[in-house]
Amino acid sequence: MNTKKREQIDRLFKVIFKSTGLLTITLLGGIFLMLFSNSISFFLNISPLDFFTGLQWDPETHYSILPLLVSTFLVALGSMLIAVPLGILTAAYLSEMAPKKIQMFLKPIIEMLAAIPSVVIGFLGIVLVGPGLAQVFGIQNGLNALNGSILLAIMALPTIVTISEDAINAVPKSYREASLALGANKWETLFKVTIPAAMPGLIAAVVLGLGRALGETMTVLMATGNSAAIPKGFLDSVRTITATIAIEMGEVPYQTTHYFALFAIAAFLFLITLIVNFIGEYFANHLRKFHA
Amino acid sequence: MMNTKKIRNTFNWIILCGSTLLVCLFLGVILWDIFSKGFSSLSWRFVSAFPTHGMTEGGILPAIVGTVILTFITTLFAVPFGVACAIYLNEYAKQSLLTNIIRASIRNLAGIPSIIYGLFGLALFVQALHLGTSILSAGLTLGLLSLPYIITTTEEALKRIPNTLREATLALGVTQAETIKDVVLPKALPGILTGVILTLSRAAGETAPILFTGVAFYINGVSSSVNQEFMALPYHLYMLSTQHNDIEQVRPLAYGTATVLILVVFLLNIIAFYVRFKNRTQD
Repeated sequence: MNTKKREQIDRLFKVIFKSTGLLTITLLGGIFLMLFSNSISFFLNISPLDFFTGLQWDPETHYSILPLLVSTFLVALGSMLIAVPLGILTAAYLSEMAPKKIQMFLKPIIEMLAAIPSVVIGFLGIVLVGPGLAQVFGIQNGLNALNGSILLAIMALPTIVTISEDAINAVPKSYREASLALGANKWETLFKVTIPAAMPGLIAAVVLGLGRALGETMTVLMATGNSAAIPKGFLDSVRTITATIAIEMGEVPYQTTHYFALFAIAAFLFLITLIVNFIGEYFANHLRKFHA
Repeated sequence: MMNTKKIRNTFNWIILCGSTLLVCLFLGVILWDIFSKGFSSLSWRFVSAFPTHGMTEGGILPAIVGTVILTFITTLFAVPFGVACAIYLNEYAKQSLLTNIIRASIRNLAGIPSIIYGLFGLALFVQALHLGTSILSAGLTLGLLSLPYIITTTEEALKRIPNTLREATLALGVTQAETIKDVVLPKALPGILTGVILTLSRAAGETAPILFTGVAFYINGVSSSVNQEFMALPYHLYMLSTQHNDIEQVRPLAYGTATVLILVVFLLNIIAFYVRFKNRTQD
């Protein structure tokens, strides 16, 4: 092959590789357009005021996102109440206290936990956590917000542990040495020096874990009972945005108000996860700059 | 004074170890419950026969075949695009506004809930491109979902290749495309492979993106065309545990399906770890 031809091929490949880079922007733009063009069709029929302030999600008559939004946040925040302390303490143990051998044993366990498909976790909510909750609280069935929170906590744990561990590991050794030299013991050093210094990374871990919990579908669909009323507490059945889309999208006729309504709540979920992930990224970048 | 400090230290020790143990316990309970009840349902017939008697008997062959073909379509679509995009970012692109936007897009794509990919697949592949609810639409949808992970892991693998290798071949008069094809990619292959297999193990377990793009509760015979609906392991488990008429009766089958699904996912993970491990010992 002559040099000219080789250079032509070289240029061709550069164009091909670059266009795949542009494809990712197109994909994000396409998802954005799809969600918002369908949402506009929805808001031509239903006033935004009803959508945000109504109290009922009852397809064909009432389209209000409020009960779904309250459900989504109740389950996700509940999961964080369980997963955040557990995840950060586990990360602290892993990076500060655990002997090398135990570390080598624990890391694959966390990775295995992350690998379990969400539908299997949801199945456990039905066969194990649900009956367990019913017995403990003396209620008829255990398919409620608490069940969803417990399962989502398990699913968010690998994310929280991994990112928290990186954050704690990134704290310079000199911080710990300075603290120990001043006479603090290893616990005082951990809780008063290392963890505060790792805070931006820990916040990133929590926020990214929250993003994962907010967007999860199958687990909450299977374990929370799916009643579309505003929940009063953790023992009420709830129905998240994701579960509503999963249940109703398969049955609605194409391009009806109900069809558009599902895109409108999806657009809202998209915005929420976008903001949450953006905040998480901000703190993660802050961490990188801090220790650079 | 000394004593309260000692008690507090012991307490700290207990909450740290206790949290870690609890996390391990979660995995233990999940695996123990599924495997102890699922292994008894496993038999040659279970993985090689069609469901019979309204799903209450028989096997899960079409669901296994469906998941394998689905994952194959996902691979065919996502791997070339994902690897090409990673090559662009790591080998060609300089720090610029465009690459910053591309990287931000990839991060955002990775954070989008999987059900929204399902909606996008429905609007794009099923409706706009008229592919219908089919294994092709579902595979392409899962491909889009996998794209950001494949790009990220491939870029990590490319970053580990030392620059001196690239400079040496370029100095010999080899073009950049040839350098990538003959030097960079072969060297990065094990790392890329690890990322791809891990991504596919996630895709194989996904349910939400295939809900409206082609998965079916039951099909007659294994389909030979990519334009037909299909059965998949995760959806089969979902249906058996929530939508079946006689949920109690099919529970052993649900446990069996969950066991097969976990085994498939773990097998892919073990292969990925093996590739990574072998690559490390070679270096």
